Amino acid sequence: MNIAHKPTFVLNQRHLLGIEGLSRDEILGLLDLAEQFVELNRQIDKKQTSLRGRTLINLFFEVSTRTQASFELAGKRLGADVMNMSVASSSMRKGETLIDTAVTLNAMHPDLIVVRHHASGAVELLARKVDCSVINAGDGSHEHPTQALLDALTIRRNKGRIERLIVTICGDILHSRVARSNIILLNALGARVRVVAPSTLLPPGIERFGVEATRDMREGLRDADIVMMLRLQRERMNGSFVPSTQEYFHYFGLDQKKLAYAKPDALVMHPGPMNRGVEIDTAVADGAQSLIREQVEMGVAVRMAVLEALSRNLPNA
Amino acid sequence: MMVAERRPILLANARILDPSRDLEIDGDLLLADGIVREAKRGIGAAGVPENTEVIDCRGKVVAPGLIDMRAFVGEPGAEYRETIASASQAAAAGGVTTIVCQPDTSPAIDDPAIVDFILRRARDTAIVHVQPMAALTKGLRGEEMAEIGLLKAAGAIAFTDGAKSVTNAQVMRRALTYGRDFDALIVHHTEDPDLIGEGVMNEGEFAARLGLSGVPTAAETIMLERDIRLVALSESRYHAASLTCAEALEVLKHAKEQGLKVSASASINHLTLNEIDIGPYRTFLKVSPPLRTEDDRKALVAALADGLIDVVMSDHNPQDVEGKRLPFAEASAGAIGLETMLTAALRLVHAGDVSLMVLLKAMSSRPAELLGLPGGTLRPGSPADVIVLDLEAPWVLDPAELKSKCKNTPFDEARLQGRVVRTIVAGRSVYEYV
Repeated sequence: MNIAHKPTFVLNQRHLLGIEGLSRDEILGLLDLAEQFVELNRQIDKKQTSLRGRTLINLFFEVSTRTQASFELAGKRLGADVMNMSVASSSMRKGETLIDTAVTLNAMHPDLIVVRHHASGAVELLARKVDCSVINAGDGSHEHPTQALLDALTIRRNKGRIERLIVTICGDILHSRVARSNIILLNALGARVRVVAPSTLLPPGIERFGVEATRDMREGLRDADIVMMLRLQRERMNGSFVPSTQEYFHYFGLDQKKLAYAKPDALVMHPGPMNRGVEIDTAVADGAQSLIREQVEMGVAVRMAVLEALSRNLPNA
Repeated sequence: MMVAERRPILLANARILDPSRDLEIDGDLLLADGIVREAKRGIGAAGVPENTEVIDCRGKVVAPGLIDMRAFVGEPGAEYRETIASASQAAAAGGVTTIVCQPDTSPAIDDPAIVDFILRRARDTAIVHVQPMAALTKGLRGEEMAEIGLLKAAGAIAFTDGAKSVTNAQVMRRALTYGRDFDALIVHHTEDPDLIGEGVMNEGEFAARLGLSGVPTAAETIMLERDIRLVALSESRYHAASLTCAEALEVLKHAKEQGLKVSASASINHLTLNEIDIGPYRTFLKVSPPLRTEDDRKALVAALADGLIDVVMSDHNPQDVEGKRLPFAEASAGAIGLETMLTAALRLVHAGDVSLMVLLKAMSSRPAELLGLPGGTLRPGSPADVIVLDLEAPWVLDPAELKSKCKNTPFDEARLQGRVVRTIVAGRSVYEYV
């Protein structure tokens, strides 16, 4: 099986900065491509050559386990040379600006840079200063496009479609790049998106995102096909945005009782890492309706698809 | 606790006022099984169940029991000042059938278990209804919002930091926003503590002559202005706990005209007393916010008369002798009021400033509406929480006769006209003046 020699699909852009700006066909093209990598990743020999000779830099200004590992594996399986740089070892610690870091790395002629940054818009800023392709691995509360793609792939493989599904996203919508990317993608593919959160965790104007917003789990989960839980950061739990973890779990934590409001065959997702007992109960996280582990598997395939598609646009490709 | 047999009661030949319906009739009111049965002319002794206690109320007014929206009770933590039991005795004597107690106890009412404690203590020891407000922020520290959802589910009827203001606007905004999801009423003491500074009475000429530091009315107005703007952002239900000055009333009026869900209380002290009453450093008149000028008081009374001020409350705050027998600046603030609220307010009625109906509305039906309580009305089927008033009886207040554990009343030895002669809670007489 050699996928790299069937370059039927090309992304019409140099970078992947967000789901915003991707056409429906581009999203579907990436999902179809990823589908093929899922099969590949289940084989013993996963090595491809389409990125041979290419250099991929993983530039993470925020700690990450699964996204960073996932991009690293994706790059290596496609044959690229992968370098990981995390904030702890970078010159940013010594006061270097983001742009100086970008210019410095650019001088080393990488082909692809994967960036995660705590500030919304930072990845776009960096992309303007380099000659290679840039992939957003999460910028602040803005976008996390590969997460939305892997979520869509997971949903499509389990439900057979995305169109007309009711997808309910619950939790800290205000700070969530996962929610923003998912809302855009799911809307583009024709799903009905709902968000559920206390008002303190809903961004003003959320209704204009093309979602139904509610503060009540029973209402939000009614007839839902997919329940997507979001992580609540620790610093937001104790009185700043919600009073306490107990109260949050009581009203917004997904347990079996609340899950019963959704369709009987509803499936549960979480981008990880989970706070068990805060936004999700262990019985649900590990239960028969959970897709959480499958999401991680899809993550590698989706990132391979993104790297592959972008590399087809690179000079000398 | 032994429960006395509850006979039906007929309050006969009374002037019946039901402020929830702006209804005034001369007639009889029948109470049975803890609820109001009917109010009309000529039920008479013939038309009532056997065993009914008939009370002749000729010349008297019958009205819904009062709901006091702001009373500080010392339980738990300061039982030497007031217990739920002693506060309820005082309330019954003042015609208050529902006390809304404040969360600044020790520990503060910021945990569902403490709400539960208050409700159980009230059930076991109080002779009137007691409804707790819970803390808006944990420990009343103004830093982190309290568990508004779980506290409300436990029985808290509103949220407030008592006599403290939440100075951090972000904390206030989020608490208002979060509270809106639970349709919580957020009650806020509007006084900027930095502007209060060392102030102990109203800022102005009189404070200057006494050599006391003043509290500007701006301390109140600025905080209220800020709150109103946050309410506009959050669309929540907001109640200013105690307004005292004309400028604040302008702010309130503007907010109501905008259609915001804003309401406000005035304390009986600020409606009937002014800064001059402090006279020779009388610490029983040291309250927070401080007594204002006569112009402010008049503005407050006018606002009550035209409905801008929604609620009149006692601001009952028992302070022991040790806390009051000090130089004015060092003395504790607060005045008791459960027993004297209505009788003091009748001064406004006798002076022709406010009608009795409007006054009763501000003390019963309006707080019931805001707090979602079933009382404050004489509609058939509502709780038999009823008072009988003698509007004319002249008397002199003797602190020794007060039921409250503390005697810090600003109406010490005041000449008063009109009093509560009977208080009925859930169809049982809990107070009778003989």
